[in-house]
Amino acid sequence: MITLDSKIPEGSLSEKWSKYKSSIKLVNPANRKKLDIIIVGTGLAGSAAASSLGELGYNVKVFCFQDTPRRAHSVAAQGGINAAKNYKNDGDSIYRLFYDMIKGGDYRAREANVYRAAEVSNATIDHLTAQGVPFAREYGGTIDNRSFGGVQVSRTFYAKGQTGQQCLLGAYSGLNRQINKGNVTMFSRYEMIDLVIIDGKARGIITRNLVTGEIERHSGHAVVLATGGYGTIYYLSTLAVNSNGSAAWAAYKKGAFFANPSFVQIHPSSIPVLNDYQAKLTLMSESLRNDGRVWVPKKKGDKRPANDIPEEERDYYLERRYPAYGNLVPRDIGSRAAKERCDAGYGVGDTGLAVNLDFKDAIKKQGKKAIENKYSNLFEMYEKITGINSYEEPMRIYPAGHYTMGGLWVNYNLMTTTPGLFAIGESNFSDHGANRLGASSLMQCSGDGYFILPNTIGNYLADEIHTPKIPTDTHEFDIAEKEVKERINKLLSINGKQTVTSFHKRLGKILWDYCGMTRNEQDLKKATELIEKLKVEFWNDVKVPGTTDELNQELEKAIHVADFFELAKLLVADALNRKESCGAHFREESQTETGEAKRDDENYSYVSIWEYKGDDKPPQLHKEELKFENVEVKVRDYK
Amino acid sequence: MNIILKIWRQKNAKAKGKFVKYTLDDVSPEMSFLEMLDFLNTKLIEQGDDPVAFEHDCREGICGCCSLYINGRPHGPGKKTTTCELHMRLFKDGKTIVVEPWRAKPFPVIKDLIVDRSAFDKIITAGGFISTDTGSAPEANSILVNKKHADDAFDSASCIGCGACVAACKNASAMLFISSRVSQFVLLPQGKIEAAKRVQDMVAKMDELGFGNCTNTYACEAECPKGISISNIARMNREFLKAKVGAPKDLG
Ligand SMILES: Cc1cc2nc3c(=O)[nH]c(=O)nc-3n(C[C@H](O)[C@H](O)[C@H](O)COP(=O)(O)OP(=O)(O)OC[C@H]3O[C@@H](n4cnc5c(N)ncnc54)[C@H](O)[C@@H]3O)c2cc1C
Ligand code: FES
Repeated sequence: MITLDSKIPEGSLSEKWSKYKSSIKLVNPANRKKLDIIIVGTGLAGSAAASSLGELGYNVKVFCFQDTPRRAHSVAAQGGINAAKNYKNDGDSIYRLFYDMIKGGDYRAREANVYRAAEVSNATIDHLTAQGVPFAREYGGTIDNRSFGGVQVSRTFYAKGQTGQQCLLGAYSGLNRQINKGNVTMFSRYEMIDLVIIDGKARGIITRNLVTGEIERHSGHAVVLATGGYGTIYYLSTLAVNSNGSAAWAAYKKGAFFANPSFVQIHPSSIPVLNDYQAKLTLMSESLRNDGRVWVPKKKGDKRPANDIPEEERDYYLERRYPAYGNLVPRDIGSRAAKERCDAGYGVGDTGLAVNLDFKDAIKKQGKKAIENKYSNLFEMYEKITGINSYEEPMRIYPAGHYTMGGLWVNYNLMTTTPGLFAIGESNFSDHGANRLGASSLMQCSGDGYFILPNTIGNYLADEIHTPKIPTDTHEFDIAEKEVKERINKLLSINGKQTVTSFHKRLGKILWDYCGMTRNEQDLKKATELIEKLKVEFWNDVKVPGTTDELNQELEKAIHVADFFELAKLLVADALNRKESCGAHFREESQTETGEAKRDDENYSYVSIWEYKGDDKPPQLHKEELKFENVEVKVRDYK
Repeated sequence: MNIILKIWRQKNAKAKGKFVKYTLDDVSPEMSFLEMLDFLNTKLIEQGDDPVAFEHDCREGICGCCSLYINGRPHGPGKKTTTCELHMRLFKDGKTIVVEPWRAKPFPVIKDLIVDRSAFDKIITAGGFISTDTGSAPEANSILVNKKHADDAFDSASCIGCGACVAACKNASAMLFISSRVSQFVLLPQGKIEAAKRVQDMVAKMDELGFGNCTNTYACEAECPKGISISNIARMNREFLKAKVGAPKDLG
């Protein structure tokens, strides 16, 4: 077995980062100006990194495919951002946050990274506050906190149900300040299509200008991907619909290893699928489970309106099965429990694929005003979509694809296996193991971007100060550009009959049906076959209208979906390889008598890391053994 | 339901645009407005026509991508609703729906229903921030904020930057947009320090970019999908005056 060097520093867990930080190489301020850094992505991770690196004086170029950096998908995060401030005096600490994440991730994350993420979380809150992020406050003027799933403390900072928007606007304002100063150049409506490697190092990207279609070359001494997750591979998901996995996939095909691709979080509370036209599913934040109680009727197929079903005929199944955590169980558990009830015939609504999330008791106890204060935008959103007023009757919710724990493999420096290529935020695999706890992604994204990458990238760039500006008229750029153009032309020339979206929908359905909340060997093998077939059909019969030298949204989608077929195959291969259940990855073959996930630590306590070997060769599996030196590996119990 | 659509089609920034009529049968009242456009586009693509370009991403009213002037109103007939949150049940069977891009000089059309709103970014670049470097912040709770001010700051900050205010205004004024940002910061102690310089820099940029003046028609507030209040403009005007009369610029 090849062991990858995760570069975890020596020393005790709590001292690793501070010691490491003070011993790594630095770039002096005069040299920073001579170093070009490319950042792809302006979500919380990318914007935070861009502003911080700009402040340090590096020459930064930032790219995003939206018309402005402020619209990156992070804007849609609702419930909150975690930090170990212990403002509630409820026993929180960096160690406890770390522990909750390790346990929540079902012991499939790297201890050192998770501890560091917890460690920098407090500084993130300080910084966001200083930037003017209007976190919810107590009457005395201090910051308020609430609780999220999988934990027993209140450590979540929030701005109503719009925390992502507020945090991103904070990061965006910092980014703009650096644009103003000339340290950062922004390229909006640009899509990175390929990565350029020179002498084994990441040295640039090939982009498509989404307005003119022009293919351009950009070079840098390092490239940072902050391109988000690939949850839209399921077609219907809670992500912004243009989110995609293509940048990470391009990096994978250029040699960066991909970790745990099958670890996809299915969030328990989304507005259920309502019809065939639906282009996305809308999340109802987990924070609602602070006050909402989840239930289904005790009687199978009970079609009475929710409010007509008396208390004693309701099954609050989360409270029943998991009394210690109740409605605040982690997401993987909440999702499977909902699926279990619905599959058994207790689901509500026309399709039977929904459960109730009821605020009746909370409103009775705290008053409607208090509930409004915490969640009014979510209630409004729900009403706009469904026409139902959930102050008066329960919301209906069902699980939906939401977050990808898997992503590009990175070492402790957040560098991929390709030297000079870094991955931060949701695009990497690093901190959430097999299941992410709520409000910990915004925390990770900002920690990566503000406090970790600016240190670790310096360690790499310190050896690059003698490298002059990277020219773009080289053979490597020529080839990369040529390949990009060929792929685009191929997509445009198929001229078949079916739309890109119709393929995407079908791919999503295959994955949802055979590689979704629960998985088994037979289904996964079937999925592999179906995906391959559909991929062939796509390359023979897709219709991409228009040309490449214009704004062409169908072409953009086609590029993403073409990559999704390949990524889907890897996702399923990873799910097949991992014969244990852990976190969000539930193999039916590996469960306890009560239907809980059964890990197999003896054989699977590793990160599965995949290396691209060519289009017609299977990828090669590498393993990073996970060592737990600071927590006792236990059965994850929320009962 | 069956509907007739009159949609603005324009190949690119330089081309001359025109309205094109489409009839669409079997529209479900459950569809969102954008899902209806997806439905139209599927038909167009299958027929070999060019689909209608429109901007969208989150499809839940938070990213500010979607725009569209629908029957003469930004984001259409819904109250405090973005186009992506609008549902076809609000429209009548058999009726014509006119769909146009934002019309405002500072927002030129790029293609069909997509306009260039980068002018908004430029205004933020000019001063829409608090100058604080990563690593320099004090402990978060050392900055106490009156809850009312924090809540008001949040309300101002919930602007999604969609540009409906500019599109709704006969003068193409960006005052609601800018004032929401100015207000958010000035309501918070950490934002007060640079208040004078910020408001002047942002307003100067706004003028330079060709946005018009505010003549108090209130159209922006009426059409804002996020309910951003016009009181932000009053607050900004006060701040602007204070900045002009009070602190000399270099004290910022
Ligand atoms: C509905 C919803 C609610 C959520 N709520 C919470 C929450 O309350 N708390 C929490 O912690 N987490 C939450 N999450 C998760 C969290 O929002 C995301 O994981 C996080 O925002 C990802 O941020 P990011 O910076 O990694 O990437 P993103 O914000 O996804 O940004 C990706 C960026 O990359 C750019 N990009 C991508 N590909 C390319 C390319 N090829 N070329 C150029 N640019 C490219 C995009 O333009 C964009 O700027 C939520 C997620 C969803 C879906
Ligand atoms: S698509 Fe995001 S606000 Fe409408």
